[in-house]
Amino acid sequence: MTCYRGDLMAIDKILVILFSLMSTGFVYWFFLMKNSKDVVAAGKSINIIVDGGYQPETISIALGSTTTLTFLRRDPSSCLEEVVLPDFKIRKFLPLNKKVNISISPKKAGEYEIVCGMNMFHGKILVK
Amino acid sequence: MVEIKKTYSVVGMHCASCVGVIEKSLTRTPGVKVANVNLATEKATVMFDPDICTEDQLESAVSNVGYKIITKDDVISPDLEKEQKAKELKVLRNKVAVSLFLGALILWGSFPVLSTTAPVLLKNFWIQLLLATPVQFWAGWIFYRATIPALKHRTANMDTLVAIGTTVAFLYSVFVTVFPSIVMNLGIEAMPYFDVATIVIGLILLGRYFEARAKGQTSEAIKKLIGMQAKTARVLVNGKEIDVPIEQVVIGSIIRVRPGEKIPVDGILQDGESSIDESMITGESLPVDKIKGDTVVGATLNKTGTFTYKATKVGSDTMLAQIIKLVQDAQGSKAPIQRIVDLISSYFVPVVIMLAIATFAVWYVVGPAPSLAFAMLNMVAVLIIACPCAMGLATPTAIMVGTGKGAEQGILIKDAESLEIAHKVNTIIFDKTGTLTRGKPEVTDIVPIGKHSVNEILKLAASLEKGSEHSLAEAIVKSAENKKIKLEKTGKFKAVSGFGVEGIASGKQLFFGNRKLMEREKVDFRSHIAQIEKLETEGKTVMLLSVDKNLVGLIAVADTVKESAKAGVEALRRKGIEVVMITGDNKRTAEAIAKKLGIDRVLAEVLPDQKEAEVRKIQAEGKVVAMVGDGINDAPALAQANVGIAMGSGTDVAIEAADITLVNRDLRTVASAIELSRKTMRTIKMNLFWAFGYNILLIPVAMGALYPFFHILLNPIFASVAMASSSISVVSNSLLLKRYRL
Repeated sequence: MTCYRGDLMAIDKILVILFSLMSTGFVYWFFLMKNSKDVVAAGKSINIIVDGGYQPETISIALGSTTTLTFLRRDPSSCLEEVVLPDFKIRKFLPLNKKVNISISPKKAGEYEIVCGMNMFHGKILVK
Repeated sequence: MVEIKKTYSVVGMHCASCVGVIEKSLTRTPGVKVANVNLATEKATVMFDPDICTEDQLESAVSNVGYKIITKDDVISPDLEKEQKAKELKVLRNKVAVSLFLGALILWGSFPVLSTTAPVLLKNFWIQLLLATPVQFWAGWIFYRATIPALKHRTANMDTLVAIGTTVAFLYSVFVTVFPSIVMNLGIEAMPYFDVATIVIGLILLGRYFEARAKGQTSEAIKKLIGMQAKTARVLVNGKEIDVPIEQVVIGSIIRVRPGEKIPVDGILQDGESSIDESMITGESLPVDKIKGDTVVGATLNKTGTFTYKATKVGSDTMLAQIIKLVQDAQGSKAPIQRIVDLISSYFVPVVIMLAIATFAVWYVVGPAPSLAFAMLNMVAVLIIACPCAMGLATPTAIMVGTGKGAEQGILIKDAESLEIAHKVNTIIFDKTGTLTRGKPEVTDIVPIGKHSVNEILKLAASLEKGSEHSLAEAIVKSAENKKIKLEKTGKFKAVSGFGVEGIASGKQLFFGNRKLMEREKVDFRSHIAQIEKLETEGKTVMLLSVDKNLVGLIAVADTVKESAKAGVEALRRKGIEVVMITGDNKRTAEAIAKKLGIDRVLAEVLPDQKEAEVRKIQAEGKVVAMVGDGINDAPALAQANVGIAMGSGTDVAIEAADITLVNRDLRTVASAIELSRKTMRTIKMNLFWAFGYNILLIPVAMGALYPFFHILLNPIFASVAMASSSISVVSNSLLLKRYRL
């Protein structure tokens, strides 16, 4: 059986379409279906490593206490050079490889965010 | 010996016994005089001699007993930040220079027309690979460095897009260079795109360089404020002048300041007089004369005289420190308008990657020959042109410049939300006393009725008012004192809020107050109504005095309107804002003052506790209301208003209820604050429009949406120019706010 160009789609094109569909699905799953249930309890203080995001990404702290978040930026990307805790009105420059302490005392239970200065990287503080 | 008092956060306390353990350990440390630990606030306040004891010793004293104090919390020296940024900029500059130089050489050797003039060596693909490799992996390492850990956390940002885009172009080119025959067998010309990969990296780094420089300028205002702080103070100790670091000045220190010197901390002038330039704090350009008893503010400039003053606020309590804190807080807050950006940016990069994949597939399947090259180049263009940075920078940079600009003019904005609401304000309510007027009323007329003389009336009224704290009472007592009238003793004094006062003097029942008081006490004043109304239409507040239920005299008091009041009201009206005056004065007096100032709407005879309700009533009309007051007596009304504006007394900034605090007393600043809000919001909207519009328009162009109609495609190199300029233009637009005149 002979396969003529124009009559039937060439195999490479079919492969490209299949590969594209699979890659799109993978991208969707990889970035948008991320399960961020790993919550680390902070206690009175916690170290947060800033490297391609915040590690741990979600922390939980007890309502009514003061918690010191110690940020250590290892990522030289300018995107992460500032950390912002908008609910606490904190915007702080994070020098590379230097610890920066930020103390917070949330007055209400709820979910508070940690974001980078450009609003691209996100972390979460759960206050219970 | 100089002692300093500092407060630190304590970590690890659980119960009251922890408090005792930490306090004991601290007080045992040599040099520590007092240590107070508070479990509720988790703070330790330590008074110590810095010559004997260091903060490190305090830290180890606390850690020895199993707890931790944060002595260097939050403090990132501006110098460290500056140093790091300068270093970053230098590295970037070098990388830009190398990548653009090598990129230009590759472009010369590969671009269709240009290459005819290029040396043969540069046309060699292997040489091009050699030149492109350091750009891809040395200059471009910054993109991989950010992408790898981000992918580990399943997140992505702009660096991810650049890393994928340039890597695709680079690997394709390497393949073409290494296996040209395979590519040719597929019917594609063996043409590498090293120029694309290198120049895109060079241009994006160049954009980042300019962006970093511009971004540094957005926080200039706060750096300027921090830099305003004096470094040392000349403290008088046993009659000798000793220069001490500012951190060691304690409350109660006597400080000497000479002409041309900065005032180190806040305090009260004790000896001498001078003219002080307070423009850096209040924005008011004229120097202010200060005499004994006046407040002086740290960081302001002493112009003419030498004086000594007593420090009343030091460290984080000074006005400058509070201003810095307010501005920092505002810059760390988030404007509600940013919510939409948050939502979009969380999907943006993954969606762009999916669009890039789709672009590749569509061009490969239905695109013209050579479809693989078209598919690859257009996919790279999509990845490169997408610019999430511009969206991320649009709001915060404008907020930073706007709040900083405000601070320079004595306009302190609590947070981004207040700034956002202020631009919608269409009605401004001014509290009269102390805001539109000086708040220091004076007696203008005394009208005797019957046999009593002017001085007798003043004597009776002043004797009665001596026990009252009302500002009108103060005016009457002061007037009596000026006339050297000896006051009588009164008994059974009673102040009736909203009416006046009553009491007994020389065995006679006295009532002194407004008409409502006389009506209540059934004192007949009907035959003097014309006289009362005449005084009231002149803007004066008239008080009636009765002795044993008979009217004996009238005293008129007037408060001087501030010089800037009329211009302040006019400036607001020009902006289309309705100006309302609220006062406890009677209607006629209030209307007379309102007329003088050009105010149309007056809320008169409002008792202090009714102000909040009045604000609510105007809000119920659908108005967005700003309330301007002194922030002390009208805190509930300030809190109720959509925007509470507190006019500072020139020294006191910490007004919790206010959304905006105006440090100076010039009423034109209210209009400036609204203008600042409007301009900042306009800048934010322009930035967002540009950032969104840019992506919405150019991503489809990069995908090739114009190709079927006009045969237009976007070369990845132009995509990188557009991308770099997009975030620079957003930051530059925010910086333009600095140039606006308020």
